[in-house]
Amino acid sequence: MTSSSSLSASSSFPQSSTSSAVVAARKSIRLGQALTVLALVALAAHYVRAIQYTPIEATQGLAQKIFYVHVPAAWSAFLAFGILGVCSALFLWLHDRRLDLFAEASAEVGTVLTLIVLTTGPLWGKPIWGTWWQWEVRLTSTLFLFFLMVGYLTLRRSIFDPLERARYSAVVGILGAMLVPFIHLSVYMFRTIHPKPVILNPEGPTLPGSMLSTLLEGVAIMTVMYLGLVLVRYGIGRLQDEKEARHAAQG
Amino acid sequence: MAALVFAALILVIFNFARDPTVLRAQDLAPSALWVTITFASVTALNRAFAVELDHGALDGLLLAPVGREAIYLGKLLGNLLFTGLVQAITIPLFVLFFNLDLHGTLPAILLLAFLATVGFTAVGTVFSALTARVQFNELMLPVLLLPFMVPPLIGAAQVTSKLLAGRPLADSAGWLQILVTYDIVFLTLSVLVFPAVLDE
Amino acid sequence: MPSPLLQAQGIRRAFGPRVVLRGLDLTLAAGETLAIVGPNGAGKTTLLRILAGLIKPSAGEVTLDGVKLTPAEPASRRTVGLLSHRSLLYDDLTVYENLVFAARLMGVADPKSAAKFALAEVDLSARADDSPRTLSRGLLQRAAIARALIHKPRLLLLDEPFTGLDAVASDRLQRLLRERRPAGLGTVVVTHQVAEVWDFADRVVALVGGNWALEEGRGGPLDDFMRRYREVVPA
Repeated sequence: MTSSSSLSASSSFPQSSTSSAVVAARKSIRLGQALTVLALVALAAHYVRAIQYTPIEATQGLAQKIFYVHVPAAWSAFLAFGILGVCSALFLWLHDRRLDLFAEASAEVGTVLTLIVLTTGPLWGKPIWGTWWQWEVRLTSTLFLFFLMVGYLTLRRSIFDPLERARYSAVVGILGAMLVPFIHLSVYMFRTIHPKPVILNPEGPTLPGSMLSTLLEGVAIMTVMYLGLVLVRYGIGRLQDEKEARHAAQG
Repeated sequence: MAALVFAALILVIFNFARDPTVLRAQDLAPSALWVTITFASVTALNRAFAVELDHGALDGLLLAPVGREAIYLGKLLGNLLFTGLVQAITIPLFVLFFNLDLHGTLPAILLLAFLATVGFTAVGTVFSALTARVQFNELMLPVLLLPFMVPPLIGAAQVTSKLLAGRPLADSAGWLQILVTYDIVFLTLSVLVFPAVLDE
Repeated sequence: MPSPLLQAQGIRRAFGPRVVLRGLDLTLAAGETLAIVGPNGAGKTTLLRILAGLIKPSAGEVTLDGVKLTPAEPASRRTVGLLSHRSLLYDDLTVYENLVFAARLMGVADPKSAAKFALAEVDLSARADDSPRTLSRGLLQRAAIARALIHKPRLLLLDEPFTGLDAVASDRLQRLLRERRPAGLGTVVVTHQVAEVWDFADRVVALVGGNWALEEGRGGPLDDFMRRYREVVPA
């Protein structure tokens, strides 16, 4: 009895589908690598444009340019976590192991992105605010995102049975993803009641056209890069999974 | 019992850790109260499912002709009762230690306590089953749960300080809405995902 | 011909890539005792837990008394009693309180008298108010039996019940399974020690590597079976 679709509840890996999984994994890695390279090149071009061709913001000076790294990274980080939440929910419904592997890949890439946000934030903040850190909404939310992702990955590292790991991570993933909007909202309300004496608003109420388009471009490129990295990581994850499966089948 | 002593100790430490000339008791009180309740609740939740692991009693529950959701609700009620008890003793202590004048806000504070507690206990019950099943070290539950305690904590602390300042409960409508929404969302989600934790 | 008490068809269970049960069929009539033997790790406990409704099989279905055992139908679990090598009792409650709790949990009409009755049945009334912590392994086993039978199940599943029992307690358990059990109770015993169950089982089957390897009816010589058993079990 072969189960050709990996959507079956048994999530077993009979011999006939083994090589197709490996092929799929390798495709994923190749596609991911292509996307990542593309994104990196585009990113480089983008930063040249950002540094040279966008106007220097009147009040913040050159340091404001970090915004072009910071915001796309933040956007991608939240996207990563959102995808993690969706994959987790779908996994609990469909029991497809691939969803779990994709969620894991998304979490790892997302953690890196979150770190980028958390390091560029203070780097931007110090010249602008005068302090390394501010409990403003986006930074605080990202900080919690970081905690949640680290918690998720730590959980994964502690469970050895792949099926159990997938199930429990999915539970944490769904709950965690649902939490993020509440954190955002709570901090926002906290801030509007206790406005900090911010010297300058880091973002400014409106963005002149060229800054906005550069920003959007940055967001798009960063999203592509995120996708590329996740596909690579996902492919690696699947290959590892296959290897474990073959070991277990022989043992 | 340990949870109560723990809570009392934290309150005491908070009192001594501040500079009385700079920080009025009234300003520190809400944070102190809610941090205390948070930590005491986490210690309670750590134990919640541990008792089921001795002698495999969890199997006993799983064999019962009841749905998994019933097990969740049972545990949730148990946890709420326990934290309720801790709060019933902590809150008076808190009033005592911080020399607060409640202005008759006690019912409002109790309502607040209930709303906040339901929220994070709902998620905490799921996580305590999870960490018990996988037999993690004791830190795993707090690490996973603390982010979930933040929105209720912020809300509760904010509203408490408003209440202590004499403002009516209606002033905090926004926060209350958040708390109630949080409770509904996470209670529902927890009931839905809990069976996945108990499955094998 | 009456429909069997327990029927399992095509039971298959995999843990990730590791397949533990490879499509098993099983039938048990009311009043029959089936013993499942096999080496450690053969999947016996997994099979038993599937029959108890604690684990879902990857494929296949279990029918109890004509009712399919699925997580969506928790009521079907009322027919089953499980005796594990763990007692399923809470240390913080007395033996009596444990039984009342179990009775309530399983939906027994009058939990308190059911508990008292169960205690008397296993001769544990004297220890009713003690904590399980204070009981010896044999007495704990008796309390566990009381718990397993308190809701008068029609199917009793036993997982390695002789583990850690001394000769007296082991004897007592065998007597219970052979003589004193309620009429019509179907029993499935899982063990890796064939000799313990040989005398009172109606059928003995061997589970090796996820498949049935041997089947034997009552009355044959144990040596014969053991010889064939050793042939099919990997060294």
